[in-house]
Amino acid sequence: MKILILIGNVPDTTTKVKFNADRTAFDASGVQWIINPWDELALTRAMELKETSGGAVEAVVVANVGRAETEATLRKALAIGADKAIRIDADPKEAGYVASQLATIAAGYDLIMAGIEAADYNGNAVGGMLAEMLGMNSVSAVSGIQIENGQLKINREIDGGSQVVGLPMPLVAIVQKGIAKEPRIPAMRGIMMARSKPLEVVQPIDAAPMTNMVTFEMPPAKAACKMIAEDQAKDLIHLLRDEAKVL
Amino acid sequence: MNFEFTEEQLMIQQAARDYAQRELIKDVIERDYKAEYPAHHVKALAELGFMGMLVSPEYDGGGMDTVSYVLAMEELSKVDSSLGVIVSVNNSLVCYGLEKFGSPSQKEKYLRPLARGEKIGAFLLSEPEAGSDATSQKTTAEDKGDYYLVNGTKNWITNAHSGSTYLVIAQTHPQKKHHGINALIVDKNTPGISLGPHEDKMGMRSSDTHSVMFTDVKVPKENRIGEDGFGFKFAMQTLEAGRIGIASQALGIASGAMERSIAYARERKTFGKFLYEHQSVAFTLAEMAVKIENARNLCIKAAWLKDQGKPYGVASAMAKQYAADIAMQVTTDAVQIHGGYGYVKEYHVERLMREAKLTQIYEGTSEIQKIVISRDLFR
Amino acid sequence: MSVLIYTENWDGKFKKVSFELASYAATVAKAMQLPVIALSLGPVDDSELSKLSAYGVSHIMKNSDERFNTLDNQAIAKAIALAAEKVKATLIVLAHNNLGKAVAPRLAVRQKAGMVSAVHGLPFSYDPFTVKKMVFTGKAFSHAVIHSGVKVITLASNSFGLVENKVDFAPEAFETGLGDADFVTRIEQTNKITGKVLLNDADIVVSGGRGMKSGDNWGQLEELANLLGAGTACSRPVSDEGWRPHSEHVGQTGKIIAPNLYFAFGISGAIQHLGGVSSSKIIVAVNKDPDAPIFEAADYGIAGDVFKVLPQFIEAVKEVKSNG
Repeated sequence: MKILILIGNVPDTTTKVKFNADRTAFDASGVQWIINPWDELALTRAMELKETSGGAVEAVVVANVGRAETEATLRKALAIGADKAIRIDADPKEAGYVASQLATIAAGYDLIMAGIEAADYNGNAVGGMLAEMLGMNSVSAVSGIQIENGQLKINREIDGGSQVVGLPMPLVAIVQKGIAKEPRIPAMRGIMMARSKPLEVVQPIDAAPMTNMVTFEMPPAKAACKMIAEDQAKDLIHLLRDEAKVL
Repeated sequence: MNFEFTEEQLMIQQAARDYAQRELIKDVIERDYKAEYPAHHVKALAELGFMGMLVSPEYDGGGMDTVSYVLAMEELSKVDSSLGVIVSVNNSLVCYGLEKFGSPSQKEKYLRPLARGEKIGAFLLSEPEAGSDATSQKTTAEDKGDYYLVNGTKNWITNAHSGSTYLVIAQTHPQKKHHGINALIVDKNTPGISLGPHEDKMGMRSSDTHSVMFTDVKVPKENRIGEDGFGFKFAMQTLEAGRIGIASQALGIASGAMERSIAYARERKTFGKFLYEHQSVAFTLAEMAVKIENARNLCIKAAWLKDQGKPYGVASAMAKQYAADIAMQVTTDAVQIHGGYGYVKEYHVERLMREAKLTQIYEGTSEIQKIVISRDLFR
Repeated sequence: MSVLIYTENWDGKFKKVSFELASYAATVAKAMQLPVIALSLGPVDDSELSKLSAYGVSHIMKNSDERFNTLDNQAIAKAIALAAEKVKATLIVLAHNNLGKAVAPRLAVRQKAGMVSAVHGLPFSYDPFTVKKMVFTGKAFSHAVIHSGVKVITLASNSFGLVENKVDFAPEAFETGLGDADFVTRIEQTNKITGKVLLNDADIVVSGGRGMKSGDNWGQLEELANLLGAGTACSRPVSDEGWRPHSEHVGQTGKIIAPNLYFAFGISGAIQHLGGVSSSKIIVAVNKDPDAPIFEAADYGIAGDVFKVLPQFIEAVKEVKSNG
């Protein structure tokens, strides 16, 4: 069984979001880049599966669409334990474009794992698009994956509860929180071994982006918080009814 | 000249940061209060490779450079410098000393488990009547033909209880003064070794510190490091490396206090303004930043010299003296910025202040470092 | 050409999110001068379907195939695509919920459509088709243009609201021709959350953080939630500690919600948490630390002990309710 993990390179989640002067692009100055948190959890789970599968998982490969500066993120994935990394040398313009690029390298895997969204543009789309492009099955909001007798047993969240489901491979699993407890911290041994693991750079294909982001805005500033004394807490409920009119 | 860290160095820094901010932070206050040894953290850090990160992979170490080590020590010590000193003593005193000066068979037997973090090492130099003065060793290692008979008392020994591999500095030929000193590898389980009570310290309370008493302890000759009489040189050279560890620990204490102060100044309002909008607070933070930047540069410089195989004794003394002294200043200012909150345990800075004090004292007081530095000026 | 919405059902019933989709699509279709059509898959009674016509959608394509209840992503995407081709849909709108997020990307590829998710409110313009979209997990918005002829969007819940507009009810049977091979998801076990208001549906959410001190202290918080008909949520440390299930975690890496009213008890308000709740209409914060960042995001606040405030809230809500 071969597993592919789609990796996004996103600003650290504590980043204070800023845009350029005419608000047409994200201001990346001083930003620390990280593996998209959901993708990192997916990779962690893939490593756990590989380690506990008794050889059933032969390889875990990571792939992203990005320029050379995103290689640090891929090498971290290699340090965490991935066997190989693939970088498609293009700007990740939008979900459809990214999925089209990934489709060129993603065939032949039994399981592809993608994070449910990216922490930057929250597209929620690459995994599902890739599945459709490759004619693979997909399942989303996945919070658990086990391998039982060579089959995948999947926990997914549905609106109104959760389910245990089975789907045949090849499969794209779009994962969310819970898929792994916490992202794995790379060990010295892994960091050392990452030096000699393959990182393949692939040229992009032509694909026309169908969407683009033209400008950005910040949420409107909040008015000052109205403070109520602890022993007058009941008044707050009355304000919610009479002033805010939300009760 | 190049001030950029490599991608690998940054990855190690991040790994240490992730572990510290995710795991160490959870129980650091409680462990300090209870003076509890962080056994589960030591085990986890060993699995990540931090306990022997400087040792060559040939001996099961992480094979990382000293610059990475500075970055890792800083991150760990920002949150928990008790853990920092455990890592530092194991890496830059015990593993370093063994790797650099030990025989192949000593490395095979003792270095491997230390580098894997399965065993922890302790460095036994200080004595009741001589703290940082390594020349006058009252502990004796009497040459009995095929073994040494060790007698005496060592003081302030970090990892004395948790550790199991001791590097003991003792006098064999008193007439030769410091040229008669030897360094011996001693298994803690050897008959005749007993520990004094757990020292109830002001800070770094979750690292274990004890006196160690030797009564007719037999140590095989093959456990002597280097030639007969090499002990003093061994201690001095090893301490040069150890100073980088403690300097980085002090740096971490300072930068941890600054990070907390910045976060607090950003959140807390007084007189209708955020704290950082008051110039007195902003300037204090600016001064902290300069001191910390200086300390970091000194640490990195010493580490870089060591990695290049160049002499670094004076550089590491400068780093240790300066980082320790500014750690004391910065943490004191951090408590002041926090006001009343700074004086309670929940806000961490009072602990950092207590911890900073020790960095000015152990592995060579600030005064000893100034002796090293000034001697170099008048060489 | 037309605007198509996919109205998911839950055991044959619609929810507020379905009516919000209908209201939204009816408004957008009117502006685009196009008909609006709803697609319903799985067994739903006509009496339930007719409720959509209260929000401006008369034309409803229905298919009662029970197999759609497996929420099989590929089959649902195929069925919506078939319907879209049939009615020549140029805009397809789905809810930004678990199923919408799962199906929309597949559908977009099938229809060669550009897709934008988590759209907030009405488009800024129809030509070029420009929508407001949440980015950086609620920390900002972007104006996104879709260039393709067919467009797929998912609508963030509570970002538009309900617009009542009674029209005729005209249901029409819709055949998908899907065979068993098209449904590949095998359900082994389903755990429905019953007797509780679901987080994504809730108009009011009552949430607790580390300041609740222990998972055992949720009783009063749940009592308040029950009284208000609210969903319960928590901050990340709480779910990490295992005090509450991961499904209740709201914030950057958990759920992103936008209720009318959000109560934060003992939550300090880390930037990652605020990202997940900042679209809430009104935020009430109770925290013992008067300098906690949550108060910067809140509309009403009490700097005090959550365990002293909760009983007062419970009592006040009971009073408000009994007075009508």
